[in-house]
Amino acid sequence: MNSPAITSRSFRATKFDFGSFFFTGLTGLATLCILGILAIILFNILASGLPAISWRFISTIPKKDFFEPATTGVLPMILGTSIRVIVMTIFVIPIGVITAIYLTEYAPNLSPVTRVIRAAVNNLAGVPSIVFGLFGVGFFINFIGQGMDKALGHESVVWGQPALLWASLTLAIMTLPVVIVATEESLKAIPMGLREGSLALGATKLQTILRVVLPQALPGIMTGGILAISRAAGEVAPILLTGVAYYMADLPTKLSNQFMDLGYHVFVLSTQSPDIEKTRPITFATVLVLLVLTFALNFVAIIIRARVRKKLRALG
Amino acid sequence: MNPTTMPDTVLQKIEFASGEPAQANAGTTAASLIEVENLNLHYGSAQALKNISLTMKEKVVTAFIGPSGCGKSTLLRCLNRMNDLIDGVRIEGAMRIGGHDIYARDVDVIELRKRVGMVFQKSNPFPKSIYDNVAYGLRLQGIKSGSELDAAVAQSLRSAALWDEVKDRLHTSALGLSGGQQQRLCIARAIAVKPEIILMDEPASALDPIATSRIEDLILELKKDFTIVIVTHNMQQAARISDDTAFFYLGELVEFASTKKIFTNPAHKRTEDYVTGRFG
Repeated sequence: MNSPAITSRSFRATKFDFGSFFFTGLTGLATLCILGILAIILFNILASGLPAISWRFISTIPKKDFFEPATTGVLPMILGTSIRVIVMTIFVIPIGVITAIYLTEYAPNLSPVTRVIRAAVNNLAGVPSIVFGLFGVGFFINFIGQGMDKALGHESVVWGQPALLWASLTLAIMTLPVVIVATEESLKAIPMGLREGSLALGATKLQTILRVVLPQALPGIMTGGILAISRAAGEVAPILLTGVAYYMADLPTKLSNQFMDLGYHVFVLSTQSPDIEKTRPITFATVLVLLVLTFALNFVAIIIRARVRKKLRALG
Repeated sequence: MNPTTMPDTVLQKIEFASGEPAQANAGTTAASLIEVENLNLHYGSAQALKNISLTMKEKVVTAFIGPSGCGKSTLLRCLNRMNDLIDGVRIEGAMRIGGHDIYARDVDVIELRKRVGMVFQKSNPFPKSIYDNVAYGLRLQGIKSGSELDAAVAQSLRSAALWDEVKDRLHTSALGLSGGQQQRLCIARAIAVKPEIILMDEPASALDPIATSRIEDLILELKKDFTIVIVTHNMQQAARISDDTAFFYLGELVEFASTKKIFTNPAHKRTEDYVTGRFG
């Protein structure tokens, strides 16, 4: 039988593909390294911190001697960190989103002004966080805060000192680039055809943005918010000069109060304690609480985003 | 069918939209509605339209044909000032609708676009429900009454020959519709705001033959109430549905006449070469 030559040849590989094997292995190894480091960190924190976690630890307002493992607690720090992150989110989302809308929808793309704004946003992302802290002192506390005290005729200093509000605003400025970039990306991903379709029906640009563009961009905007929360929750440097307190006997009740903070408290416990060995379990426990709190804040945002996505897809 | 494979004899047999014999440049006796006079359009330093003058008539289907890049879509997008959205576009000359210069300084572009609707090449339903898509333009105009919206949505969908297919799922996503249905939804959305003119930019170019023929039937139906200007790459489509045809080449209007004349007895060699598929 004369079968054509092509069918008589098998398709079996004759050479071992070393390059492919090598790079699969290399990339896998790199991934494993990252996972390994993460696992070690988490295990270490859990192993050292979990034994010191109790309901009392989480719900107690500590006395001045908060280095004593048997009586101390972290309620003011949980509250302080939560409030500053939430207040920051309330400020950073609208300002970031509006800036991103201006940059993608309104600003002429090729103009030098737009380029300068974009460069400024990118550079803002690269500024060391302590510099934001210094900016917060100079701008928010000294300029705005003292100005407010003068304008409102306060006898004593109310706003012209470190406060929850100023720490939150400083963090908002620090995380602004994250929100702007994430929002811009999600706005750019929306097809031009949708905007044209709306405009062709006699919608104004604002109507088009509010009714067609923004609803579509919402999940992306929320991703920006989630990233901002993750970045801000653990930051200490920007709040160091703008609002955090070493110790406060009472919980913060106003935005003009100073506050205690989980991240800063970890620093205090690990550097200021008279007996580092004795304090170690509560140091790790505080780190664990900070991790869980960051995760919880993120989790809430992720749940909301999932709901928005689902709604967009169903109605969408 | 691809025009390059179409024998000349087939062209002779195509049925024309308007029954009565047409005269050059005056396919029907309808009143003129859109006048373009010495229109020049530049994108930066490139000139996309060169000294275009033509008059389109009321309740007539006018087709713009020509090879890619000839400026036909650009001219169409001048009619509702969609080109305003592009940076660096410069327009000279006059464009009048019903005698009013639409590029005059005091023109409200929003009002213009309400009266000159548009259907795009790529169907672009909003990621909302079918109902919300059709109601979109009406809600923009401040209509909130449920019954008024219901009636207008139903009527628009009927006019767009889509009602029977979607009446049971008005509140489901428009993105679940087929390509042809989505394009008819976009037509329904456009006619819901009751425009006088509907611009169509290759509305069937992404559709299969059956969906295309439904759109063509729909255009012939809509012509009773609307003035339609359609850009098409499909020569047979132009022949089937339009009354007048304008042939563009490299930014110039080569020939504008009744569709019948363009396809059977064009005045210019270049037009003849194009409609018979010798180039393009």
